[in-house]
Amino acid sequence: MTAPLVYAEGLTRTYAMRRGLFSRPVAVRAVDGVTLAIAPGETLGLVGESGSGKSTAGRMLLGLETPDRGFVRFDGRPMPPPGGAPWRALRARAQMVFQDPLGALDRRLPIATQVREPLDIHGIGDPALRGGRVRELLGAVGLSADHGRRYPFELSGGQRQRAVIARALATRPDLLVCDEPVSALDVSIQAQVVNLLIDLQAGLGLAMLFISHDLRVVRQISRRVAVMYLGRIVEEGEADDLFAAPGHPYTEALVSASPAPGGRAGRRIVLKGDPPNPAARPSGCAFHPRCPVAEIRCRVEVPVLRPAGPGRQVACHRVAESPVADLRGAA
Amino acid sequence: MSGLDLARDAAPLVAIRDLAVRFNGVPALRGVDLHVARGEAVGLVGESGSGKSVTWLAALGLLPGSAAISGSVTLEGTQLLGAPAEILDRTRGGRVAMIFQDPASALNPVLTIGRQIGEALALHRGLSGRENAAEARRLLELVGIPDAGRRLSAYPHEFSGGQNQRVMIAMALAGGPDLLVADEPTTALDATIQSQILNLIGEIRRETGMALVLISHDLGVVAETCDRIAVMYAGRIVEEAPADQLFLAPRHPYTRGLIGALPPIEGARRRLVAIPGTVPDPRAMPPGCAFAPRCTQAHAACDRIAPALEIIGPGRRVACLAETAGRGSAPTEVAAE
Amino acid sequence: MLRFATLRLGRAAITIALVVTFAFVVLRLSGDPALIILGPEAPPEAIAAFRKSWGLDASIFVQYVDYFGAILRGDLGRSMRDGRPAILLVAERIPATLALTLPALAIKIGIGVPAGIYAALHRGGPVDRLVMMLAVAGFTVPSFVLGLTLVLIFSVQLGWLPSGGQESWRHAILPVVTLGTGGAAILARFTRSAMLEVLGQPYIRTASAKGVAWRAVVTGHALPNAAIPTVTMVGFMVGSLIAGAVVVESVFSWPGVGRLLVVAVANRDLAVVQCILLLVAGTMVASNLIVDFLYGLLDPRLRAGGRAGAH
Repeated sequence: MTAPLVYAEGLTRTYAMRRGLFSRPVAVRAVDGVTLAIAPGETLGLVGESGSGKSTAGRMLLGLETPDRGFVRFDGRPMPPPGGAPWRALRARAQMVFQDPLGALDRRLPIATQVREPLDIHGIGDPALRGGRVRELLGAVGLSADHGRRYPFELSGGQRQRAVIARALATRPDLLVCDEPVSALDVSIQAQVVNLLIDLQAGLGLAMLFISHDLRVVRQISRRVAVMYLGRIVEEGEADDLFAAPGHPYTEALVSASPAPGGRAGRRIVLKGDPPNPAARPSGCAFHPRCPVAEIRCRVEVPVLRPAGPGRQVACHRVAESPVADLRGAA
Repeated sequence: MSGLDLARDAAPLVAIRDLAVRFNGVPALRGVDLHVARGEAVGLVGESGSGKSVTWLAALGLLPGSAAISGSVTLEGTQLLGAPAEILDRTRGGRVAMIFQDPASALNPVLTIGRQIGEALALHRGLSGRENAAEARRLLELVGIPDAGRRLSAYPHEFSGGQNQRVMIAMALAGGPDLLVADEPTTALDATIQSQILNLIGEIRRETGMALVLISHDLGVVAETCDRIAVMYAGRIVEEAPADQLFLAPRHPYTRGLIGALPPIEGARRRLVAIPGTVPDPRAMPPGCAFAPRCTQAHAACDRIAPALEIIGPGRRVACLAETAGRGSAPTEVAAE
Repeated sequence: MLRFATLRLGRAAITIALVVTFAFVVLRLSGDPALIILGPEAPPEAIAAFRKSWGLDASIFVQYVDYFGAILRGDLGRSMRDGRPAILLVAERIPATLALTLPALAIKIGIGVPAGIYAALHRGGPVDRLVMMLAVAGFTVPSFVLGLTLVLIFSVQLGWLPSGGQESWRHAILPVVTLGTGGAAILARFTRSAMLEVLGQPYIRTASAKGVAWRAVVTGHALPNAAIPTVTMVGFMVGSLIAGAVVVESVFSWPGVGRLLVVAVANRDLAVVQCILLLVAGTMVASNLIVDFLYGLLDPRLRAGGRAGAH
């Protein structure tokens, strides 16, 4: 195995959250002991519902947020503290793409200017040649020079996201963190952007953290997938494998909630209760109040991520006693 | 045997004919024909701006006054378009109920849940006082809100998104409707909560026999829930078919495109077949088929002739020259029209 | 809740203290009361005696501390002009001012709110355009211009109403109308936009979709929501009941608090000016507190969290 490009261990992040106007702030653990590794050129999918902490984990991986506990190593070196020169230099090597492209773009500037901006900021290349590089970047994401002259509001949602991707690629980063990059797009446009990301990733040898709630898109784009629930990774494995035979009951419910058109083949597993609330984390396994197979132990004991089959890790007491394959076979 | 045939034979519950809507002269809906039979579940699929929501907002008179609406919408023979306010008010919430995408903002923030459900009960069932409260509580229990009695006096902001959608469903059930129109009811919700809501709607339908129109951009959600599916594009229905057939053998290139664009959740990964280009600007609609500029199978006639939605088999309709020309009339004839 | 109330009251006290300090500084630095009251030709001994008797010979810092201490003891000082307690002087003018501002407030609410609601419900219609036009005119035309115009028309030209003074109720008509029109215009515009915002909300569509008649949608669903921002505006207007008539009282020679303020400022009658400013700041702060309280009453989202145990 090659040395990972980014390695994060035991990432923990706690926020103070006020629940009412008059109540005292409570400490909310958004991310709780997350360990991740992404090899150069590899795509890791990070799946979870709202409140799972997947976006916070992504920001910590990029060094945009500092973990309260745990550490991030980028290319073998510790993540420099935010604000300093080494940190700014690292920004050029690790970029982010968000869900809302309109919010990520400056609506007063033409697209080409914004794609060029990172080159100017990081002083990359001969200024005279930057115009050419911008055209090259726009071309790589399927936008014309004419698109470059337009303003964000003159482009469609898909084109805007392409522009954001072009800007993120300007500095030839090694790592791209995409946070729900296609969630706001219509299905047909979503496919265009997903294909584009796959092509760019392969062509440029980018490492990518792809954060999404959409299992289908994550499976399409990722080689490995990690599933988060209430700030913890509950399962991790090879994408195809994991979705075909989920080990954790939560992954299983998520997969069954993503129905396949063309048949009502799979039975839908309907979980009880509301989406997880980080401010009121249940004891033991955080998933136990909604888990269809929970037992007494799950209420008290926090399950740790343990190997369960080739390339697979699951944090579940039930899976620990019998490997994934057995559990599936019995069901 | 299919739902569509039944819908055609028996008088439909709701019949929409040639429904068109313009906002300030810009077309949003360009002639929609759709029938819903009693007890049937119809899915309406399409991307944003395709007109799937506008169809039902127009049908129920819920569009702003600036919308120019033409065509016909009948509920068991009664015309709803341009109907007097009394008829519309009795129909809405009484015979046809509607729930919306973002349940948190669809509920009035300054009124208690009990009052908002009670209002529908008073309007459509004539219940007041203790009876009203008891029925509101029963409905809340029915949709699975724990501790219903106490929660009646709570406000929407005190509920989670999924619970608010349950409250919306309770409110929709208050009038005992024959049809529930659910407009992207789970889009704003997490996957596991989406399953809960779809399951709840399914259970209620099994118990009450209520018909359902499920409006969604999500093919998977619609496929799982509905008997029959209509696909909309740029203000028109382009294909209609029983759910299983639509996915097994889509006939319209746009439907094929939508299915091809959807990443598979199992089996071998394949490159997604993205539909090139973008949806046409409603202010500058192509003269022929609205999908022609993005269609890989378009030929010259497609740029000139807007295809009609034609029957191509039992329960199946499609609006595509390439699909319909070969069947009934020769392509030359179509082109000469 | 207690924490919240304490916080609010503390902030109110700081606001008032800042107003008092500001008034003290500005007035002391802008002219010598002794010279103004006694006149420039007064003998130096008289001026010195005046200064001594009012404590003006001490350093400005000592004066400030003394003054603040007196206020905290409830002593608002005496008028330098006639030696009576400032608070009495101000108090006897309050009824006259309220005789203008209360009816004017009634006009503002009585006309402004319904006009705003009506305009919002008939957006783009002739009434909406008229209301908007009047609203723009109403708050771009300064009140003294409006007052003088009304005087020109109804007193000078038509001779129907008196142009100034306080002899009968007929004398109040023009100043009340002058005051009320501008406020009604502001309130109409504000109510209209609040109402339009609410009418565009999804829950209005939900109410229609469940069969609520349009009239009931407006009264039962839209108004309670639109009331929330409108109440703020009305709150500010209540806060200006005492001091909002300075210009109009001057134009119509109406002997209210506003006129007293103008005269007192001209005379550097410090105690009177400060007493009025204190009163003004007090009513403003009080009305703000009332608005906050009403907010909580109208908007359940602002009430203390935790009831009904939302997860």
